[in-house]
Amino acid sequence: MNIRSHVEEINSLLKIPVGNLTYLLMQGTVLIIFMYTMEVHSQSSRSAIGLLKKSKATVSKKIAAGKEKSGSFLQSLGNGGFFTFKLIKEVLKFRIPWAEFSRQCFLVGNKSLYLVMATGFIMGMVLTIQSRPIMVEFGAESWLPGMVGISLIREMGPVITALIFAGKVGSGIGAELGSMKVTEQIDAMEVSAADPFNFLVVSRVLACTLMVPLLVVFADVIGIAGSYLGANIKGDVNLILFVSRALEPVHFSDLFPALAKSFLFGAAIGTISCYKGYYAEAGTESVGRAANSAVVVSSLMIFIIDALAVQLTDLILSR
Amino acid sequence: MEENTLQDVVSASSISKSFGEQEVLKGISFSLRKNENLVVLGKSGSGKSVLIKCLVRLMTPDSGIIKVFGEEITKLRLEDLNTLRKRIGFLFQSAALYDSMSVRQNLEFPLRRVKKIKDRNIINEKVEEVLTNVNLIEAIDKMPSQLSGGMKKRIGLARTLIMDPEIILYDEPTTGLDPLTSIEICELINDVQEKYKSASIIITHDLNVVRITSTRLMIIREGKVYAEGNYQELINSRDEWVHSFLN
Repeated sequence: MNIRSHVEEINSLLKIPVGNLTYLLMQGTVLIIFMYTMEVHSQSSRSAIGLLKKSKATVSKKIAAGKEKSGSFLQSLGNGGFFTFKLIKEVLKFRIPWAEFSRQCFLVGNKSLYLVMATGFIMGMVLTIQSRPIMVEFGAESWLPGMVGISLIREMGPVITALIFAGKVGSGIGAELGSMKVTEQIDAMEVSAADPFNFLVVSRVLACTLMVPLLVVFADVIGIAGSYLGANIKGDVNLILFVSRALEPVHFSDLFPALAKSFLFGAAIGTISCYKGYYAEAGTESVGRAANSAVVVSSLMIFIIDALAVQLTDLILSR
Repeated sequence: MEENTLQDVVSASSISKSFGEQEVLKGISFSLRKNENLVVLGKSGSGKSVLIKCLVRLMTPDSGIIKVFGEEITKLRLEDLNTLRKRIGFLFQSAALYDSMSVRQNLEFPLRRVKKIKDRNIINEKVEEVLTNVNLIEAIDKMPSQLSGGMKKRIGLARTLIMDPEIILYDEPTTGLDPLTSIEICELINDVQEKYKSASIIITHDLNVVRITSTRLMIIREGKVYAEGNYQELINSRDEWVHSFLN
C-alpha cells in the first residue's frame, strides 16, 4: 500500500482536505514514523504499556542519577516523555533560574542572529527572483510582494529559522551538556545539591522557546528586505509600495499560527537537545553522537510540528 | 568526648552492585568514623569509585543498607537527600570544574545556588578563604582550561571545602599527577582534615596517599573487603597478596 493512499484514507477519516504536495510529503513523514513505531511495537515481545510502565519505574532513578540505558524506540520515547513532564512541572512551579535563563537568551539569540538574518535575506531574494517569471507570465506581477510576504510569514520564515536554530544552537546544547556529562560536571552539580536539571535544562529550554519566535520575526523582516532587492534586480519598485503590498494580504490568522508554532519549534529544539546531551553515555564519542542526534531529531520534530500545526490551523480556520 | 570522636558518620552493610552480568560489589560492609581518613585501595575496576558514588546516591546499590549521619540514603526523598548532600563534599577524579566558568565563578556557584548567599562581601570573603587554604589565590580569575592538573585538583577541593562539608569523598585525588604534586595534594588533604575536622574516604591506588593520609585502610579485591587495618598493620601483613600490593 502506498503512502498517498494511507494519507488520503486518514484525511478522509479526519475530513481534512489533502493540501498541496509539501503538506502531503509532511503527512507522509508523520505516517512513516507512525508505521515505524507500530513495526517496533509488533516486533517487541513486550506490550507498549509494559514498556511504558518499566520506563516510568526507572525514569525517576535515571533522572536523579543522570543515566539512561539504551533501550527500544518506545522506551526512549517514554523516557523523553517523562523528561518533558519533569520540565513542565518545573516551569509550572515557576522554578526558573533567572540569571542563567537571561544569559542563555543572550547566548542562543546572539549566536544565531546573524546566520538567521543572512538566511532570511537570501530566502526572500531567491523566492522573489524564482517566482517573478511565472508571475509575469500570468500577468500577476503585482501579487509578487504579497505572495512572498505570505510565504515567508506563514511557512518559510518559521521553518527555515527553526532549522537553522536547530543546527546552530541545538547541536551546541547537545555537545555542551554531553561533554558536561562525560566530564562529571553534571554529577558534581548533582552531588552538591545544586539541581543540575533546573539550572541547565530549564534555563536552556525556556531560552530556546523565547528566542526562536523573536528570530522568526527578524527573519521575516529581513526576508522582505531581501525580496525587495530581488524585485529591484529586474524592475524598479518603490520601497513603501512594496512593503505595503507585501503586508496587505497578511492577517492576524496568518501571523498568530506562525508565531505559535515558532514557540513550539523552540521548545522542541531546546527539550530534545537538552535530553540528548543530559543523557549522553560515557566516552567522548557520545558527545558527538548527542550533538548529531540533537540536530537530526529536532529537525524531524520541526516538520512533524509544522505538519500538525498546518492541519490544526486549517481545521480551525475552515470552521 | 572519646565516644563522640568514634561515632560512625557512614555505615554501609552488605552493599552489592552489578552492571549487567558483571557483579562489581559483592556485599561490602564498612564504616567511617568522625575525624578519620579511610583510604580504600584496590586494583582498577575493583569497584572503589562505584562504592563512593553509592554513598551519595549518584548510583543506587542493588542491595544493602547505607546510612549517612544515621539516615538511610537509598530511602530518602530528593529534598532530604539534597539536605544531606550539602554536608558531603565530593572531589572527582577529573576535578569536574565547570569549564564555562572562571575559578571564581566555580567557587561562587555552590554559595549562590545551594547556600543561597546573595551578599557580595560574604561570597568574596569565603572564596578568598578557601583559595588561600589550597594555596591558589592567584588563580582566582583564570579559566579551568588555563590550569594544570594539580591546580584543577586544588580548585576542585576548594569548591568542595566552600560548603564546609563534614565528610569529604576523594575519588583518586592524585591520579595523573607527578610524584611531587601528588605529595603536595596528600599534605593538603591532611591540612584540610585538621582544619575542617572532616571525615574522609579516599579512593586511590597511589601508595603515597596511603602512607601520608590514612588513618585506616581498606583493601577491596574482587568486589569484597579483603583486608582492613592501619598502614603499619597491613604493610606487615603475612598475606602474600596484601604484602605484594602494598610493596
